[in-house]
Amino acid sequence: MSEHRTDTERKSGGHHSVVVKSLLAVVGMLAFVFVGLVPMYNLICEWTGVTGRTTGASEVQNFVVAEDRPIKVQFLATNNADMPWEFRPMVKQVTAKPGELVQVNFYARNKTRRDMTAQAIPSLSPFESTPYFHKTECFCFNQQPLAAGEDVEMGLVFQIDPDLPDWVRTISLSYTLYDITEQQEVASAKP
Amino acid sequence: MTTATHDHDHAHHGPAKGITRWLYTTNHKDIGTMYLWFSFAMFLLGGTFAMVIRAELFQPGLQLVQPEFFNQMTTMHGLIMVFGAVMPAFVGLANWMIPMMIGAPDMALPRMNNLSFWILPFAFAMLASTLFMEGGAPNFGWTFYAPLSTTYAPPSVTFFIFAVHIMGASSIMGAINIVATILNMRAPGMTLMRMPLFVWTWLITAYLLIAVMPVLAGVVTMMLMDIHFGTAFFNAAGGGSPVLFQHVFWFFGHPEVYIMILPAFGIVSAIIPAFARKQLFGYSSMVYATASIAFLSFIVWAHHMFTVGIPFLGEAFFMWATMLIAVPTGVKVFNWVTTMFRGSMTFETPMLFAVCFVVLFTIGGFSGLMLAVAPADFQYHDTYFVVAHFHYVLVPGAVFSIMAAVYYWLPKWSGKMYNETLGKVHFWLSFVGVNVLFFPQHFLGLAGMPRRIPDYALQFADFNMISSIGGFLFGASQLLFLYIVVHTIVAGKPAKAKPWDGAEGLEWSVPSPAPYHTFETPPDIDKAPQLDRKEP
Repeated sequence: MSEHRTDTERKSGGHHSVVVKSLLAVVGMLAFVFVGLVPMYNLICEWTGVTGRTTGASEVQNFVVAEDRPIKVQFLATNNADMPWEFRPMVKQVTAKPGELVQVNFYARNKTRRDMTAQAIPSLSPFESTPYFHKTECFCFNQQPLAAGEDVEMGLVFQIDPDLPDWVRTISLSYTLYDITEQQEVASAKP
Repeated sequence: MTTATHDHDHAHHGPAKGITRWLYTTNHKDIGTMYLWFSFAMFLLGGTFAMVIRAELFQPGLQLVQPEFFNQMTTMHGLIMVFGAVMPAFVGLANWMIPMMIGAPDMALPRMNNLSFWILPFAFAMLASTLFMEGGAPNFGWTFYAPLSTTYAPPSVTFFIFAVHIMGASSIMGAINIVATILNMRAPGMTLMRMPLFVWTWLITAYLLIAVMPVLAGVVTMMLMDIHFGTAFFNAAGGGSPVLFQHVFWFFGHPEVYIMILPAFGIVSAIIPAFARKQLFGYSSMVYATASIAFLSFIVWAHHMFTVGIPFLGEAFFMWATMLIAVPTGVKVFNWVTTMFRGSMTFETPMLFAVCFVVLFTIGGFSGLMLAVAPADFQYHDTYFVVAHFHYVLVPGAVFSIMAAVYYWLPKWSGKMYNETLGKVHFWLSFVGVNVLFFPQHFLGLAGMPRRIPDYALQFADFNMISSIGGFLFGASQLLFLYIVVHTIVAGKPAKAKPWDGAEGLEWSVPSPAPYHTFETPPDIDKAPQLDRKEP
């Protein structure tokens, strides 16, 4: 009868094993947050496209162009808080057929008197179309440095997968421009 | 080994004299007392902040404080009440009662017990000191969502982060201690399924703490790295995501809300049978219901974030999983009501608080069920309806259960009986105060008043004034509580070893006040017939 062991019998080694197991659980949970939860979140976002965050560059693919299915693609440009640049799409909307390669440009100008670096972060709506929206070239893959007063036309080349769900007729692609000058300085100062 | 020698050293005399008794103590009763007084001090501090909030909201417009300070008040009120008042109070009760309930001489790890208490005052001194810093105290809400708590945080956020680290370490040590005590130090014959429910609920709570306090520590560490070391966990510009913060936070935060209510279930399950003079109905179903609630708490976190943009299937899953929690909770409420059914009930102060807990906690549960409905939540999200909901489960829920526990066990702790009339006055003032305070907030929320704002549109004025009056009444009646407790200790009439007719459990088999050392030789459980859990 295990429950009728005496007090002393229970104590011997008992506390030690409880403490060790509990501490292992604590360390395990801590590790799980950093190497489990965070990568899991990013993977889920990537697989499902939930956040509309499109990922890296893809190769140009030889899709059969679906001539009879025009998709409206709208472009939005937003400045994050305190970002002083002028930032806008050169065309607000294009009609793209699934499969074809489309090029558009965004305009950015550093209106300030100091050299700055920016990073554009994309978001796609509806998010279900994220896995079908392939970018072969995008300014969002790289950071964009601009000297004081300088301006630039930044290119975006994309291709819509013909497997795009039928109900999608309009895709909105939004870019938010972040000022990362400080992070750049920190990073370049380190090595 | 340490415990054994310690017990022998002190077997024939009482505690050491002076301040060192409290600084160096490894006695579970001393540490429990310190936890309870500390939590009461934090309850008054957090309550003061709440009074500032309610005073500002007494009328529309800005009267007393600036919006920046108002935000610091809501943040500090939440943090202090959650981590400083409710959690340490339950740990204090665990320290006092668990060894006495299972027939153990002390906690399993007495020195760690001392450490886990004594780091708490430092954590909260550090947190409270941020009020006097340049840039003010944390102002981002107790949920400290990024980027409010990272990019836009006041400089004092670093002190907040370290304070949370210390609180987390304290809670983890306390939890490990409780698990070791319950698993290893039960008296012979005290099988798991004969343990009082307070011990059971604390065992499960302790496992929850061990599982999720590291998650809290992890999330504040990520904040620290984002703020000071250039990482980008929660910064979209660097490839991170602020939504990630909410997921990690609520993965901790939802089990946390059960950490604050499961021990309350245990307390109520001890008090209701005592004053209904009947055995608790459905003991084993209570145990399984508690375990189910604990399990479900890990898979419902995203119901706090229905509006951030979760796919349809995700919303549906988290909605149904959340509603599922109503089943084990309903089992508990059913059992409490059935325990009272046809019992010989009397309504002394602990019973008043316990019965009130059952009713008002259930109201809080029902508004929780309303919030769980994802499409409806789009309307309720971040309104006063949410404030009303979680205050109903935390104040007349958790806090009332702690007060019930204090009235119920105070005769055992102090050896003195409290003044029953004053206790009842305290109960009725608190009961009326809490309902006048929080019930109108349901209407405010449904009408669309957002949370965390210092000023509001005119149509919300009447209900806010009523709510504030209730707040002042509730706040003031807690001073009466302080008076009652101090008066009992100083001038109460001597209490019997078992002052309550129908009370069950080993703690009533020792004299009142409980001697400094109890159960140095384990009691014989099999000769304590009131512990026999055989159900009819």
